[in-house]
Amino acid sequence: MNFAARFLSRTTSVIGFAVFTLIVVIALAAPIFAAHGPMAIVGLPLLPPGSPGLLAGSDVIGRDMAVGLAYGARISLLIGITSTCCAVGLGVLLGAVAGYYGGLVDDLLMQVTEFFQIIPSFVLAMVLVAFLQPSLSSTVIGITLITWPQVARVVRGQFLSLRSREFVEAARVLGMSDARIIFTQVLPNALPPIVVVSSMIVGNAILTESALSFLGLGDPDLLSWGTMIGASRVAMWVAWWTTVLPGLCIMVTVLALNFIGDGLNDALNPRRRG
Amino acid sequence: MKLRYIGLRLIKTLLVTAAVVLISFFLIHAVPGDAATVMAGQAGYADETYMANLRAEYGLDQPLPVQLWRYISHVAQGDLGTSFVRRESVLSIIMERMPNTLLLDGFALVLAAAGGIALGAVAARRPGSAGDSAVTTLSMIFYAVPQFWLGMMLVLLFAVWLGWFPPFGIETMGADYTGLARIADVARHIILPGVTLALYFMASYARLTRTAMIEVADQDFVKTARAKGISERQVQRRHILRNALIPLITYAGLQASILVGGSVLVENVFSWPGLGTLAYQAVQGRDNPLLLGIFIVTAILVSLFNLITDIAYSIVDPRVELG
Repeated sequence: MNFAARFLSRTTSVIGFAVFTLIVVIALAAPIFAAHGPMAIVGLPLLPPGSPGLLAGSDVIGRDMAVGLAYGARISLLIGITSTCCAVGLGVLLGAVAGYYGGLVDDLLMQVTEFFQIIPSFVLAMVLVAFLQPSLSSTVIGITLITWPQVARVVRGQFLSLRSREFVEAARVLGMSDARIIFTQVLPNALPPIVVVSSMIVGNAILTESALSFLGLGDPDLLSWGTMIGASRVAMWVAWWTTVLPGLCIMVTVLALNFIGDGLNDALNPRRRG
Repeated sequence: MKLRYIGLRLIKTLLVTAAVVLISFFLIHAVPGDAATVMAGQAGYADETYMANLRAEYGLDQPLPVQLWRYISHVAQGDLGTSFVRRESVLSIIMERMPNTLLLDGFALVLAAAGGIALGAVAARRPGSAGDSAVTTLSMIFYAVPQFWLGMMLVLLFAVWLGWFPPFGIETMGADYTGLARIADVARHIILPGVTLALYFMASYARLTRTAMIEVADQDFVKTARAKGISERQVQRRHILRNALIPLITYAGLQASILVGGSVLVENVFSWPGLGTLAYQAVQGRDNPLLLGIFIVTAILVSLFNLITDIAYSIVDPRVELG
């Protein structure tokens, strides 16, 4: 079986992929379908879902929940994907150098990644965002900082096992530079686990973003799912939809991403199935 | 040999603490404006000589290495600075709240371990059964749910709709219970936040126990035990489960940092008066010294917990590599 067939043979990965595609489409199409922005006040506060013109009701100050949820998908995906790209870039670079050269550089990197495992990284992200002032970029910096070590560990392990393989020796004999060997010979062979880890990291990044926004550390100009939950805490008792719906959006998105990750894991490592 | 291992782990814990302090110092200086600007701003008073006096008083006019040294020696003596907002020592504010956080986190950890081991053991007995796949499905869902939102859902269900448990706080306000009545009151309040925190970890403990038990069940000594005619129940409990639990000790250490991060959020959902709600207040009040103090203290707590689990592991499992 080829890669696509293996991926599609799992029901959960197909569902995950379909749901994720739908969320991406909603996020991209939000400005086309919505008659107004997510911050616009369109009616009375706390109208229940199904009220005229309000598919998902209105929030504490009378904003359209459905529009907010659609725009929230943009923020969650943007932050999730951007910070994953940054973390993967940094993690691949440092992990590759450590795994390829070994020795002191490797020891040092392993100590650093272990440090990030030990300290309460969410608290570090909180402190960092609070100190940098809440904004889109400080959220991305915070998530990247606490996430890259996970990638670095995976990449380092791959490089460590690949660096003494014959094809790498051959490249060396041919006189390739280290940088060329790392990026054109070893990295392509180390990609499968990096892809799997990345798909899981997007989900985790979305969860971290929602937690930061819930604590009031989100970009004040943007309405993300976490911000919506945080803002509706006072109304939860009388208007369940203001908290339940954004939370469901987060759950469905992260679940879809984790299903995709599991599917990729199976499809890319056929021997380790089970 | 064991002492050498413990000594090395102790040095590592100290190094982690030093790195945390270094990061904190770096963060303080990464922010535009220094403590003098903040204090002058709060006093509504920004005259140059006043600022210069403040800088001299707090040593902010010294070169950076000197300031770093002063900062490290202060932290080493337990001086985490003064809260901008409350004008009290950061350490004493933190110490006042810490027992509540330790109580909540400890309760959640025990609940998660007990529940997770039980679920994992059930799932491992018959891999692929309905019970097994239920555990796997639940753990997938708990991995995908924001913990703070799960807490809010539990409040909606069990406090607002069913009225079984109080929705927030650590005890009934104004009730002034004493003795056993107070313990019972706190116990009623801790259930919802404790379960919220525990559910995520329960799922991972269950998965881990399941995997470890299936792995151990394959080993030779289990076959020997069966061949000796020991009852299946005994084999499951004394031979398989006991050995499968060893890796859980390390896991508990690794999870401690995630537990603390989770409790910051869960405390805020349930207005639990611990370090998490304190951190939120510090964020709201832009109280940077307090926020950093919480970071330093929680980091030290977690690394101490890791030290303990590592030592416990080396005692429980004599096969552990010493060095």
